[in-house]
Amino acid sequence: MPAKATRAAFGEALLDLGARDPRIVALDADLSKSTMTAAFARAFPDRAWNLGIAESNMIGVGAGLALTGKVPFVCSFACFVVGRFETIRISVAYTNANVKIVGTHAGVAIGEDGYSQMGLEDVACIRALPNVLVVQPADEAETKQAIAWAAEHQGPVYLRLTRQAVPPVCPPGYRFRPGRWLALRPGRDVTLVASGGPVSNALEAARLLEADGISAEVIDAASIKPLDEETLVASASRTRHVVTVEDHAIAGGLGGAVAETLSEVLPTPLRRLGVVGFGESGDPAGLYARHGLDAAGIAGSVKKFLGR
Amino acid sequence: MADARLEAIARECRVQILRMLTHAGSGHPGGSLSVIDLLVALFFGRLRHDPKRPDWPDRDRVVLSKGHAVPALYAVMARAGYFPESQLITLRKLGSPLQGHPDRTALPGVEAATGSLGQGLSVAVGMALGLRTARSPARVYCILGDGEIQEGQVWEAAMAAPKLGRPAHPLDNLTVILDYNKIQLDDFVTKILDLEPVVAKWQAFGWAVLEIDGHDVAQIRKALDQAEATRGVPTLVVAHTVKGKAVSFMENNPEWHGKAPKPEEAIAAVREVLAVSEAAWDDYLATDPATRAIVDELRALETPR
Ligand SMILES: Cc1ncc(C[n+]2csc(CCOP(=O)(O)OP(=O)(O)O)c2C)c(N)n1
Ligand SMILES: [Mg+2]
Repeated sequence: MPAKATRAAFGEALLDLGARDPRIVALDADLSKSTMTAAFARAFPDRAWNLGIAESNMIGVGAGLALTGKVPFVCSFACFVVGRFETIRISVAYTNANVKIVGTHAGVAIGEDGYSQMGLEDVACIRALPNVLVVQPADEAETKQAIAWAAEHQGPVYLRLTRQAVPPVCPPGYRFRPGRWLALRPGRDVTLVASGGPVSNALEAARLLEADGISAEVIDAASIKPLDEETLVASASRTRHVVTVEDHAIAGGLGGAVAETLSEVLPTPLRRLGVVGFGESGDPAGLYARHGLDAAGIAGSVKKFLGR
Repeated sequence: MADARLEAIARECRVQILRMLTHAGSGHPGGSLSVIDLLVALFFGRLRHDPKRPDWPDRDRVVLSKGHAVPALYAVMARAGYFPESQLITLRKLGSPLQGHPDRTALPGVEAATGSLGQGLSVAVGMALGLRTARSPARVYCILGDGEIQEGQVWEAAMAAPKLGRPAHPLDNLTVILDYNKIQLDDFVTKILDLEPVVAKWQAFGWAVLEIDGHDVAQIRKALDQAEATRGVPTLVVAHTVKGKAVSFMENNPEWHGKAPKPEEAIAAVREVLAVSEAAWDDYLATDPATRAIVDELRALETPR
């Protein structure tokens, strides 16, 4: 499989599922070309609504549709949809409305548009809300699995997707399950827990580290909430060193979730890799280098962390 | 006369918009070209400002709420002397103060961080209120996109502005300009969520409302005069514009909302902006070294490095 943006995989999955499940509807806020729901809207014009540049209203309308038995996918850039946090908090989370919130354009990887268009604090915000599960797939296959699962799951889900193409990382036959992580590569010295776009960078970093005699286990943590405590603790108890990798603010995301669990269950030296401060405009590769999220940056941080 | 000077500056700024977007390889030409005549009229015919003192407390403020059109803002700022025009081609590059959307902390003279649509008017209302209550003579201008005003926050601000500060400090120091180019991101505004009757809506909220051709310098000037003379209420200027104005293949075409031209497209666009025929182009360039340099620089982008 070639590299593909997880938002593109989402668009294909939605079209496919929509043909089988008439409950599925799509809502957009003037970004349907970017969230990739446009194909679904063409195929099912009476099940797709573009509500204009009005994300709060879109979320509320989604909640209302869910309360009549529809399964709405409510879509925008992660920053804009989660920017309407308090609407999500009451109309979706507290209501326990069966809304699937899709936030695309995760992280600094979007590049040149800069901070105002980057979803950077979305996982931290949504993770705090009871009832809402948080899923960030790492490649095309995992995205399609996660979307199919979300459509069947009763309850609100937040799905975080990439603008950029990402290479396949999951093995054939893999099935996404909430609360289950996937070890992509075994290792003895350190556990790299990665999610979303940078998972392939973490794998590449593990290969670089291997050349330096460091054996890194790499875990794809698509299910950020609930996280996979069993896999995390089992790996951490073997390697005794954990590094989290995500294209998200350093505070409150996957790294925060891992820190919360480990500190209570199995205190383990931990290094969180993510975005410090605000993002900024730049080419995606340059931004990943600046924020230490490319393979070389991850490998360098791991070595420093291990004192090598 | 004065209007011809503004038209000449607007042409120069259009060229700079095309130049910087092409160097950046991404960005928003359509809404930058629709708003540029309004920004030129403000920066070169209206504002009390000093590019050397961007923090002067009594300066007039411009809040570009439709922040994705920031290439237009950078073009007028550079032309006015806030920073060198040579810096324009750093737009969107790593480390540049010319961020892809306005960043107040990165570039002196940018009044508000925008780019998340719908927030600028509230900030402008706050500025107008702060300046009024401080008895400052400064005026505040806020530019909204037509798609942008689908955001609920715009209507919260629109409802508040005619009431806030009254009776002692009415916000008649606030002028809002709607860049009514009829196109948003996904499609034409009427196909997504029609705004009409837009004039009646704002009037009902208590605004003085004017309607003009947003590319006609004389009409813009008169509207801004009238807004300044209006007492007791803020003014909305509904500026009918053309998205992608002055470049035939971009005009009225939703496809040019958010993609940069390729170098050869940009060169053709520059030629159209300057209203030179294809046949006369080479002769023209020989007479205009500044444009010649920009075109050469664009041509150099074509050859893959
Ligand atoms: C809150 C928010 N939602 C979505 C976007 C993405 N977006 C950027 S520009 C745009 C369309 C803007 O249309 P309009 O206001 O008409 O601007 P113009 O035509 O002047 O370019 C959209 C939806 C955004 N920047 N902010
Ligand atoms: Mg518009």
